[in-house]
Amino acid sequence: MSDVAQASKVAGARPVADGLFTWPDNPKLLASSCNSCGTTTFPTQSSCPRCTGSDMREVTLATRGRLWTWTIQGFEPKPPYAGPAPFEPYGVGYVELAADADGASPVLVESRLSESTPERLVIGAEMDLEIVPFRTDDDGTEIVTFSFRPAGGA
Amino acid sequence: MDVAIVGIGMHPFGRHPGVSGLEQGAYAVRQALADAGIGWSEVECAFGGSASAGNADSLVSNLGLTGVPFVNVYNGCATGGSALAMADRAIRSGDYDLTLALGFDKHARGAFNANPESAGIGRWYGETGLMLTTQFFGMKIQRYLHDHGLPADILAKVAAKAFRNGSLNENAWRRKPLSEEEILAAPMLSNPLTQYMFCNPGEGAVALILASADKATRYTSHPVYLKSVSFKTRRFGSFEVFSPWLSPERAPGPTVEAAAAAFEAAGIGPEDIDVAQIQDTESGAEIMHMAETGLCKDGDQEALLRSGATEIGGKMPINTDGGCLANGEPIGASGLRQVYENVLQLRGAAGARQVPGQPKTAFTHVYGAPGISACTVMSV
Ligand SMILES: [Zn+2]
Repeated sequence: MSDVAQASKVAGARPVADGLFTWPDNPKLLASSCNSCGTTTFPTQSSCPRCTGSDMREVTLATRGRLWTWTIQGFEPKPPYAGPAPFEPYGVGYVELAADADGASPVLVESRLSESTPERLVIGAEMDLEIVPFRTDDDGTEIVTFSFRPAGGA
Repeated sequence: MDVAIVGIGMHPFGRHPGVSGLEQGAYAVRQALADAGIGWSEVECAFGGSASAGNADSLVSNLGLTGVPFVNVYNGCATGGSALAMADRAIRSGDYDLTLALGFDKHARGAFNANPESAGIGRWYGETGLMLTTQFFGMKIQRYLHDHGLPADILAKVAAKAFRNGSLNENAWRRKPLSEEEILAAPMLSNPLTQYMFCNPGEGAVALILASADKATRYTSHPVYLKSVSFKTRRFGSFEVFSPWLSPERAPGPTVEAAAAAFEAAGIGPEDIDVAQIQDTESGAEIMHMAETGLCKDGDQEALLRSGATEIGGKMPINTDGGCLANGEPIGASGLRQVYENVLQLRGAAGARQVPGQPKTAFTHVYGAPGISACTVMSV
């Protein structure tokens, strides 16, 4: 969790969007869980696409989960992509995460991956959440986003 | 009332600077009218659309103001399939004897540009580089290969077949055969998919004239019967594009239901199909859709591809016109291109790429955003 702690300390750093993860202390992804059927969505939403219910509560997600699938983004996306220049390929994947709440189902969350070497991305391997610098805003504010890296990595 | 396809028309796929999508649509309609030997004024009802090239009904300014009821269809990757389904129903209901289904399009170069807000997702999703169709395809086939123990090199086999078939098709965009080695050595766009394993947005148009089956021989000596058309959207748990999250509770994609419904309505099964056109937005899609449509079992694709079963001369010819990979994907026209190809194959008029042995049955399948699928079964 050292990187999470490190990014949290970046003075005045701001998440890329509100409501994606708790910030700045003890960052965890924020999700909704349906009180009727237990379906968990990321990010939060006000109704349930499984049972059409609208009784949702906010929950946090585990910071460690397993990689469900992955790819590597090999070319620079068009706008609205606003990543750092020059472009460097980055990993993208779905990570299965448990919800920190009774009765809430796990959820597969799509995320940037901090690893972009194919050999180091393994379906089923444990991954850890980290909050990483993404870009610097026009006013100099550091913008951070969520990402996952192989657990136990350097 | 059964339905027959009695006229087909196509504007070649590819890039056509200075020719609008609507003009390509009008060209395809004129071709189809000529093929059926009828005038525009005889068309009783029309359905058509494009994703980004304008409203089909405005074509009456080009084709003639005949009072025809012309319905615009705007249904993403299912635009052509939906137009065909409605043109089919219009006859089956007994209301009309002669209808038109039209699809055309013209897209800018490069990957489709996605707008997070219009998809109901926060801007952060696009800003941080998660909103790309190419990533979705890479991740979906990555998981599929893992689940079914398939090797990634079969992706190159699919693409090589597409370009080989495309080289035999005068209306195709990509007509240069590429070797599996060249395909594997191309830049990796979204692991495990290289540049030549993806289709590109393109341009083109297809028009089909449908008639009630009892009148079909007035218009053509080779009627092709549309046995069924089905159209489905995704269920909860299906793995679809632009999903910031998925449920661990997995469900089959919309293709499975659409194909099953098409076969059930037609009264035949996948094993009875002589030639099939299935959605190959990228190589992995063809592999997954072979199983989702019921043409084979999950995991059997490797043996089928290595034995040449899906080649034009094989026992299960797939994407005989080069598919999306060789033709590009003008969204509105793509699904109807498949029907056009099957009509040629069932007429025995597919020239250099004709499936041998006089095919009697054919199948089409489109799949696309945001989790839709349309299928047809045809026969002679
Ligand atoms: Zn629910």
